[in-house]
Amino acid sequence: MGLDIRLPIGLMFSLVGLLLAGYGLASPKDIYDAHSLGININLIWGAVLIVFGALMLFGAFRARKANAAK
Amino acid sequence: MQSITLGWLDYAILGIYVAFVVGIGFALKRYMKTSSDFLTSSRGIPTWVTGLAFISANLGALELVGMAASGAKYGIATAHFYWVGAIPAMVFLAIFMMPFYYGSKARSVPEYLKMRFDERVRGVNSIAFAVMTVFASGISMNALAKLLNQLLGWNYHLALWVCSGVVLIYVLKGGLTSAIYTEVLQFFMIVLGFAPVVYLGLKDAGGWTAVTNALHGVAANPAALDLKPIGESYAANAWTSAWQPLLAGPECNPMGVDWFAMVFGLGFVLSFGYWCTNFLVVQRAMAAKNMTAARNTPLVAAVPKMLFPALVILPGLLAIALASMPGKHYRLPPPPIDSENFVAAIQVMSKATAQDSDAAFKQVSSTIGMKMSKEKVTALITSFAVAPVTEAAAQLQAATTRATDSKTALKALKRKGTATAAEIAAAEASTETAKQELRAMEKKHAVASQAFNERLRDTVEANDYDGVILSLVKKYCPTGLLGLALTALLASFMSGMAGNVTAFNTVWTYDLYQSARRRIFDAPRACTIVGKDGKETEVMVTPKEPSDSHYMWMGRFITVVGILLSIGCAYFARMYNNAMDVIQLVFGFVNAPLFATFLLGMFWKRCTGTGAFLGLLGGIGTSALVHGMTLAEGKGGWLGVQYYEFPSTMAQNFWLASFAFIVCFVLTAGISLATKRTKTDAELTGLVYSLTPKTVDATQSWIQRPAVLGTILLIGCVILNFLFW
Repeated sequence: MGLDIRLPIGLMFSLVGLLLAGYGLASPKDIYDAHSLGININLIWGAVLIVFGALMLFGAFRARKANAAK
Repeated sequence: MQSITLGWLDYAILGIYVAFVVGIGFALKRYMKTSSDFLTSSRGIPTWVTGLAFISANLGALELVGMAASGAKYGIATAHFYWVGAIPAMVFLAIFMMPFYYGSKARSVPEYLKMRFDERVRGVNSIAFAVMTVFASGISMNALAKLLNQLLGWNYHLALWVCSGVVLIYVLKGGLTSAIYTEVLQFFMIVLGFAPVVYLGLKDAGGWTAVTNALHGVAANPAALDLKPIGESYAANAWTSAWQPLLAGPECNPMGVDWFAMVFGLGFVLSFGYWCTNFLVVQRAMAAKNMTAARNTPLVAAVPKMLFPALVILPGLLAIALASMPGKHYRLPPPPIDSENFVAAIQVMSKATAQDSDAAFKQVSSTIGMKMSKEKVTALITSFAVAPVTEAAAQLQAATTRATDSKTALKALKRKGTATAAEIAAAEASTETAKQELRAMEKKHAVASQAFNERLRDTVEANDYDGVILSLVKKYCPTGLLGLALTALLASFMSGMAGNVTAFNTVWTYDLYQSARRRIFDAPRACTIVGKDGKETEVMVTPKEPSDSHYMWMGRFITVVGILLSIGCAYFARMYNNAMDVIQLVFGFVNAPLFATFLLGMFWKRCTGTGAFLGLLGGIGTSALVHGMTLAEGKGGWLGVQYYEFPSTMAQNFWLASFAFIVCFVLTAGISLATKRTKTDAELTGLVYSLTPKTVDATQSWIQRPAVLGTILLIGCVILNFLFW
């Protein structure tokens, strides 16, 4: 099928990751004390999602390049 | 059910997910040209995508919730559903069965049965499957709408229709491909959404060693957490070892199952019956781009499947461990209180005083209908915990009266016609104030009720195991991560519906509609032609079959019908919970013997259609009979005679499947030998093992060959079993 699924997956997780990490930077510390053992889990997990999303996008673009070369 | 408040970020994440799945549907729309594109993806999807969709189609939300529940109830032995009840069957499907499904060019599992046997076998399988998918998606959507209602306070009907509407849009636009693609998205959503919750839970509990130590303590006295009746206890490793308690006998493990039922009933009959014959999962593999990709699909899926216990069962174990640690202030969620009982309990509590707390306790616990802690109920009574609710209720009552009165006064004033504009304006203003007051009071009452409901629920000495996973999400997720975890849950509900609907529309269009059409309307029929000379001649005429666009239209049409039927089933499940249990039981009967039919059909060319058909019916009858004549936890025995009592419903289920399989196997083989073959060797080429040229994998590098991959997976599976022996 013509659509490379890595593209939407990469875009979506990068976007969600950016939102989470951004919120993690801006949010007060006490919400993490109340829930996540004082760990700023939004910032950390946002970063993980950004890396995952970027890997997916990288895969999609590389495949597109390879296809174009063919 | 505990309530959760979402922040804007949580809604944004939810919105982004919905936008992307709908977007995928629209992006795929232009590739949907034929009915085959829509219903079978025209066999063009890469292996890793079909592999993840294969596992995702199985990992519905009910499984997610149910596995955490089982983890809490039964411990690590729940992993048998993965390491015994899934991996071997998935490897078998890949290596031995996929060549027939894919190689025969069948578009569905029932169609394979038609090619191998005849229309009767296909009929039984396709009708049962079609009905089952509709009910499965209805049950799942009901659970979703109920969850959104109780958790977030959304309107049940709105939640049901909106979620179904989203699924309808993307399935209608992109067909099976859409469903498969969103299943892959859902797979990552679930893994990335729940992993941090598990991590935080594990860290909070103090690591794996601390968890196992806590679970050893729980096994000695499970009644302390209301896991088992008072007085029952197990060996220390009952929750932490997968095999030792099982081998010690059904009374030594919390599941109440013996090893034979586990290995033969679950590991062979039920597991192979599900993974190797259920079109819902097999359809994903059939959409692969070539034979190797199709065979590797279940193998790719087996890798995450093998590791999933860490994501779905571990939360249950963590919950038990945390609940047993006093310093963690965590308890297993209590069951929800029926709203009518809650209102009645408020009445009782508001009349109770500190002096008659004994009588009040008895009255409250009989009103609620569950076992309750006397100490906690008395504490509620003596601290007048109900006062804010009754106060708010009285204020709400007064505000309602005021609002009605001012409205009536305004109406009367307007009707009189003599009132000045200023008078009317004043009356309107006071009506508006009363209305606002009423709204504020409604809110206050709801908040007070909610708070009291949670305190009252805490006095109940029982557990709502299905609520375990959500209670952990609520405990560990700050806003943001909360949105991610809830979106993962929502995603798995919706893709569960999409998976069922896409399997349903294919089976309907090809196995029921097209097959019936070909027999009735499009079958060759005799016609009499009158020649110019007046002579009549009899000829056979084959009517022209409708074009593919007709089936494409039918596929789309039946998708809409399938979604509407699912919504209907959701309402049915909501109203008739008990009827739903019976229906699921009947599906259990139908599915139990199925693998015997496939096994004989694929590996024994002498097996005949009549043998398969009657054997299948015999197997279904056997499972019903076993259930009707045995008891387990008060279930079954509806035939009036109880020959045996199983220690648990799980044991009953595994044994019932074993008997059904054996009867179906023997009957099919016996009747096949007694009946004449209707299909020649040539007709069975590609459908039966001994008549099909072996698939040669020499073109792939050795690491990509299914046999090699399958062996590696089985070794990994054995290692895992030993690690948690």
